[in-house]
Amino acid sequence: MSLLATTSALLGKELRTEFRSRELLTTTIVFILLVVVLFSFTFDPSAAESRRFGPGLLWLAFLFAASLMLQSCFVREQNNDTLGALRLAVADPFAIFLAKLSANTLFLFLTELLMVPVFTVLYNVPLLAVVPQLALVLFLGSFGLAVTGTALSAVSAQARMRELMLPLLLLPLLTPLLIASTEATAALFDTKPALRWDWVAILAAFDVVFLTAVWLFGEYLLEE
Amino acid sequence: MVSLTAHGTGIQLENIEKRYGSIYALKQVSLEIAGGECVALAGRNGSGKTTLLRIAAGLVKPTSGRVALLDAQGAHGPRNGTRAAGFVGHATMLYEELTAEENLRLFARLLAVPDANTRIARLLREVGLEERRGSPLRTFSRGMRQRVAIARALLREPGLLLLDEPATGLDPAGTQWLAGQLRALRDAGCTIVMSLHGESALSALAKRAVRLERGKVAADTREGADLGAVLAFSDAQ
Repeated sequence: MSLLATTSALLGKELRTEFRSRELLTTTIVFILLVVVLFSFTFDPSAAESRRFGPGLLWLAFLFAASLMLQSCFVREQNNDTLGALRLAVADPFAIFLAKLSANTLFLFLTELLMVPVFTVLYNVPLLAVVPQLALVLFLGSFGLAVTGTALSAVSAQARMRELMLPLLLLPLLTPLLIASTEATAALFDTKPALRWDWVAILAAFDVVFLTAVWLFGEYLLEE
Repeated sequence: MVSLTAHGTGIQLENIEKRYGSIYALKQVSLEIAGGECVALAGRNGSGKTTLLRIAAGLVKPTSGRVALLDAQGAHGPRNGTRAAGFVGHATMLYEELTAEENLRLFARLLAVPDANTRIARLLREVGLEERRGSPLRTFSRGMRQRVAIARALLREPGLLLLDEPATGLDPAGTQWLAGQLRALRDAGCTIVMSLHGESALSALAKRAVRLERGKVAADTREGADLGAVLAFSDAQ
């Protein structure tokens, strides 16, 4: 069975189990919504302040929500040893990562697309003119979060104190991604919005490097 | 009864050691199991039965030693051969959110089972869950889940079955049913290695008993009076 066919079968399983349990999506949406709403009520920022601090706030919220979401990504495969069953059934373990990575990216991206209009309303930052550019930055950022987080989730799932382990490993590693996403988003939030290709290139490079690393070493991460 | 077209896959374990930190789970274990043999693994809790089965399946990498599966394709490592082996572990290895049929369909697709629909329908009928095929697994009792787990292991008509206490959760009727299935598989030439606690309807199928003690092979007996003694040993602990 080809890598693509295996991945699509596993992705179908990821989507079906998530849309039945709604565990990951609910956690992520509620967390980001809480951060965005509470920050708005607490600081009551003006439109100019929102343009300045909004991108950082959004990406920090996405980052913490992602670390919450990714925590259970491999842990729930361990409850019934389903990861073992998958490892026995697939020829290429990279397919397991690829399916989880695709599902996590999709869940994060969907959540972000839902949260951006809420942010626009609460912080008075009109973003309608830059929707496609913003979607590109959000997608590349989500993919980077998901690729790194999925790999580290596999590592931390087998460790003691895994609740602490994942954020501890993930957050420093994501610093370049966080800076690039925030800067690219800030340029789009500006009164004269523009897509900063230099930051977009850094985001894309981050994604490619970490995807390659997972492709090369993913098999070892799944071993008991 | 379960059909089998594959020839039995033999397995060779050479000087297997598995260490978790300073603790040895297995120490210098060597076993050669011929294709078509039915072997019962006995031993008290913590003797290394589960670790040995997981190493044989390719789920756990041994610290040292060599595992080889022997089938029509020759000798190869478990990683390349596990797709020909069926494994039933302590856990059901199934998704609670999916139905029994969806679980089997997923693994049939991953294992590229030919004519999967017919195979799944037949297995569900054989495990007595045809009417519950559309129910989520979380609504099943432990015994029913175990039946689905066994059906999953049999999806690809494996040449080698590795079973870790397969009667877990099954009632006496269920255990008898499982014994019938395994008997049919054994008679058709499938290699069966199962860990057991004491004598039961399942142990009666074994033609060879291996007892592990503290990670080492303490006894290895083929058919005869000693077979019961090797199995009964763990029961008496």
